[in-house]
Amino acid sequence: MPIDKRVSLNEALDGVTDGATVFITGFGGAGFPNKLIRALRERGPKDLTLVVNSATHRYSLTHELIAADLVRKVICTAARGHDKEPSPFETRWMAGQIELEMVPQGTFTERIRAGGAGIPAFYTPVGFGTELTRGKEVRRFGARDYVMEEAITGDLALVRADIADRTGNLSFNYAQMNFGPVMASAAKLAVAEVRAVSDEPLARERIQLPGVYVDRVVAV
Amino acid sequence: MSALNRLQITWRAAQDIADHQVVNLGIGLPVHCSDYLRPEVDVILQSENGVIGVGPLAAPDKADTDLVDAGSRRITLRPGASIVDSSWSFAMIRGGHIDVTILGAFEVAANGDLANWDMRVPNRGPLVGGAMDLAACAREVRVIMEHVTRNGAPRLLEQCALPLTAVRCVSRVYTDLAVVDVTPQGFVVREMVAISRDELQAKTGAPLTFASDCKLLTAPAIAVPD
Repeated sequence: MPIDKRVSLNEALDGVTDGATVFITGFGGAGFPNKLIRALRERGPKDLTLVVNSATHRYSLTHELIAADLVRKVICTAARGHDKEPSPFETRWMAGQIELEMVPQGTFTERIRAGGAGIPAFYTPVGFGTELTRGKEVRRFGARDYVMEEAITGDLALVRADIADRTGNLSFNYAQMNFGPVMASAAKLAVAEVRAVSDEPLARERIQLPGVYVDRVVAV
Repeated sequence: MSALNRLQITWRAAQDIADHQVVNLGIGLPVHCSDYLRPEVDVILQSENGVIGVGPLAAPDKADTDLVDAGSRRITLRPGASIVDSSWSFAMIRGGHIDVTILGAFEVAANGDLANWDMRVPNRGPLVGGAMDLAACAREVRVIMEHVTRNGAPRLLEQCALPLTAVRCVSRVYTDLAVVDVTPQGFVVREMVAISRDELQAKTGAPLTFASDCKLLTAPAIAVPD
């Protein structure tokens, strides 16, 4: 039977359960899978761990998951709101209702990459001597100190891309790519929200993420 | 004494960017350095969201919402630009392929320690972004900041009081009053505005030495928009 990963928005999140670790793409205003985020909120699984660059980005609907109290923990690089009033994340964090793991952005993306690449941990110079790496193993290679960082894997990745084909191959528009490839690779179930699904297979040179990493595609 | 305004500080920092360098400009004030590069200089501006070769800001009618830099500004691409994913972008940073990064800061210590990510603002969540990666791994880390805080407290210190971004990483600091190098012997003033050395020292929280060829720090008039 030919591979066909197209699904409707209703089916896109079938099988997602309470306690899931969920990756959400997007950075710098590009690549937020906002239709899938809203579909997840409507489905309403609880005790989620979100792995997302920002818990507070103004263009991402991530805050809706947090405001709906579906989130137990956020692993991110940014958790500061943009408005005078604290963001939904900040109010819950200050009240001790949500856990925060703040990670330098390059370490964040490399931990996810490692998760999808079969590497359990790695050493990086980033964060050495700072409070974000307190308590982590330090090892000296040559003349420099490095911190051991562990991989992140997850249950679900919500990925925004531009065009997919039935095989699940993805092509991104400009800086939409950001965390898409690594997040899709580190999740058991990777769902891509795209502007369009091409009936014809994407041309080889346009494919930026092979469909091997993508389980479902939804045109929105 | 004519202290530099914020954009004049970025102008001064931009003058030190050399031809063909790969440069990452921090979000906020440092991105304005790209407006003041010397005309003969051709550089690759890297943005940590994966844009390798950032061009000028996009005209509103030409902007693509997916073509943005790490600060969410709608940009264009320079000829020869490329776009990679976040992992590759940070592998580029961590791997030492960025010649210079220019970052904003709250505090810099005489040993080069940098504090620029967490001001300990009450009731606000933290934000680290790519600051630690850039500070720890760019080949050269330069800082733009006001010489003292709004309350007049020094930002150049013996030791940072705020949480560190990276240890022993800063090589040069541009302030409204001076250009200061971080050396194994501590802060060395290379340029300063027309104030006395004692006045500059009084606004600095660590001992200053003055280069034998210490120059007057000047910049062309640049208006700061409200």
